[in-house]
Amino acid sequence: MSSTPEDNLPLIRLRGLTKVYGQGQAAFQALKGVDLDIEAGDFVAIMGPSGSGKSTVMNTLGCLDTPTGGEYLFHGLHVERLGRDQRARLRRRYLGFVFQGFNLLARTSAQENVELPLLYRGEPAAARHRAARAALASVGLDGWEHHTPAELSGGQQQRVAIARAIVTEPEVLLADEPTGNLDTQRSHEIMELLWRLNDEQGITVLMVTHEPDMAQYARRIVHFVDGRIDSDTRNPQPAALARRAANTASVASAEGAN
Amino acid sequence: MLLNTLLLALREIRRNLLRSFLTILGIVIGVSAVITMVTLGNGATRAVQQQIAALGTNLLMIMPGQRLGPGRSSAGAPTFKEADVEAIRQQIGGVNVVAPQLMSSVTLVANGRNWSSTINGTSNEYFISNNWTLVSGRQFEEAEERAGSAVCVIGETVRRELYGSASALEVLGQPLRIKNFSCEIIGVLLSKGQSGMGSDQDNMVVMPLRTVQRRISGSQRVDVLLVSLQDGSDSERVKASLTNLLRERRNLSDTDEDNFNILDTRQFADAMAGTTQVMTMLLGAVAGVSLLVGGIGIMNIMLVSVTERTREIGIRLAIGALEREVLLQFLIEAVALAALGGLIGVVLATLASLALSAIMQMPYVFNLGINVLSFAFSAAIGVVFGYFPARRAARLDPIEALRHE
Ligand SMILES: Nc1ncnc2c1ncn2[C@@H]1O[C@H](COP(=O)(O)OP(=O)(O)O)[C@@H](O)[C@H]1O
Ligand SMILES: [Mg+2]
Repeated sequence: MSSTPEDNLPLIRLRGLTKVYGQGQAAFQALKGVDLDIEAGDFVAIMGPSGSGKSTVMNTLGCLDTPTGGEYLFHGLHVERLGRDQRARLRRRYLGFVFQGFNLLARTSAQENVELPLLYRGEPAAARHRAARAALASVGLDGWEHHTPAELSGGQQQRVAIARAIVTEPEVLLADEPTGNLDTQRSHEIMELLWRLNDEQGITVLMVTHEPDMAQYARRIVHFVDGRIDSDTRNPQPAALARRAANTASVASAEGAN
Repeated sequence: MLLNTLLLALREIRRNLLRSFLTILGIVIGVSAVITMVTLGNGATRAVQQQIAALGTNLLMIMPGQRLGPGRSSAGAPTFKEADVEAIRQQIGGVNVVAPQLMSSVTLVANGRNWSSTINGTSNEYFISNNWTLVSGRQFEEAEERAGSAVCVIGETVRRELYGSASALEVLGQPLRIKNFSCEIIGVLLSKGQSGMGSDQDNMVVMPLRTVQRRISGSQRVDVLLVSLQDGSDSERVKASLTNLLRERRNLSDTDEDNFNILDTRQFADAMAGTTQVMTMLLGAVAGVSLLVGGIGIMNIMLVSVTERTREIGIRLAIGALEREVLLQFLIEAVALAALGGLIGVVLATLASLALSAIMQMPYVFNLGINVLSFAFSAAIGVVFGYFPARRAARLDPIEALRHE
């Protein structure tokens, strides 16, 4: 995996990616040829109307689903040619997932939920405990380690899910509508968290959202319409940076008024 | 990986305590019911078999009286005589031994204690015909039988109740008081325990026939003739010739009814053994139903949780579990639950069987086959219904498993 066949390859490259659900009469083409390059360290928001193929492309990028046609290169590796176990190994080595519905294990403490990916990696118990506690602390859940999902609010559950996604120190964090089940206040907190992970830890973040406010946190916004990319623009000023700039400006003007 | 997976499986069992408990309960009920029922049935059969053995091989009991059945009466029918014994011995083929019997209820006195028991006046042949073994001492001497000497062989119950701590050897030569005379103990019988009718076979004192005739009953009569057949002799033929002989000796004309009965203990015992075998099968069938019900319970619990488990499997796969890791975890979980349930079932069944056998005074017969069979059946249900839905889920694409409603 460390040796890339071509040095100029991006982290992720999609070429002519198609996905057909069902067969015969009932067949439905959800992706109609998607070309997309994503560089390491980017923060990409995928937007578009409902049914435009956002989740389909995310699941393919996350190696949770296989494309019908086209190429998907991850680190130059042809993912579309990999078997189930190879894709699973790819997931546990490089990828972290955050879902709209949180998808935590019920009746299982936050700590145990976060430790789970490490368990599958074969990490020893002490290292698991330490890493999970650190991950929970980094999403602001100090002291909530022993609460089960039922005892946590939606925002807290999504934080646990994010902690679980980053505890393995993945290169890419994939989030399909991570704020879809949260109120505005909670949504902004989660987006701040994702921004920090991207900005401070350099994790590549791929996020699906249909809320323009949330998409403004990304560095790049890709619009899907009807299974195709409709527009692909860079965000000149991601929301978190803009807010920081505004804060600095207001502090400066306050100081200036003095 | 194995250790981690084991950890995951055990954690899963603890996390779903109710589900785990219900699964185990289903197995426990099924396993313990079948094992208990069949073990008790086996015990009952064994008890009957032991009684058959205790009766001696193919024993005919001849009693005075009109035909057996309701309203039969021995009143008026002449008793037997000692000479009948000799006549049968000499004139009937296929006979092993013939023993006379004269019974009398008495109160025994020894060591300042009283004990109600039965005196059995007979001959040494009785020990053979009724399969008695001596634990100590000896049988009667010919002279003692002829003279009607005051000697006796006592049963284990009599020894225990009257002589207590004195062993079977120590009681030899001691006096035993019966009515107005005293006899010398010359032997002690090996215990046979309870008979099929619930009476204590060991509560008995055996004496020479003449001793009882002279000193207790005061008559020459014989109550019962015991005829034990040789192995392989045809009991119907022997019965027919016995009937002829006795009719002749009792001067019955062709039109007279028999005034004696020949009871074939083997037929009697066979009928009883047949009944217990039918009962065992019946019990087994009832228990089989409970095994099935337990199995359906397990099935239900497992199927109800399939949706939750499918989503859970989707989560595990998404965060990097391999298909075989998920499968191994579910397999371990199912096997652990089934094994635990089976083990508890076997233990419970053993305790219940032991207790019930003791209460019903039947032997406890360990039946390895039924233990293994019922354990295997329940465990198989647990494993099949715990594992196969999981296998189906683990083969889905993770995203499909996550979408499962
Ligand atoms: N498993 C599936 N089977 C059949 N059709 C599907 C399946 N998943 C998605 N689709 C269809 O594919 C299209 C794109 O779905 P999706 O990628 O989930 O859209 P989005 O996330 O943009 O709302 C939709 O029309 C949807 O109905
Ligand atoms: Mg979607």
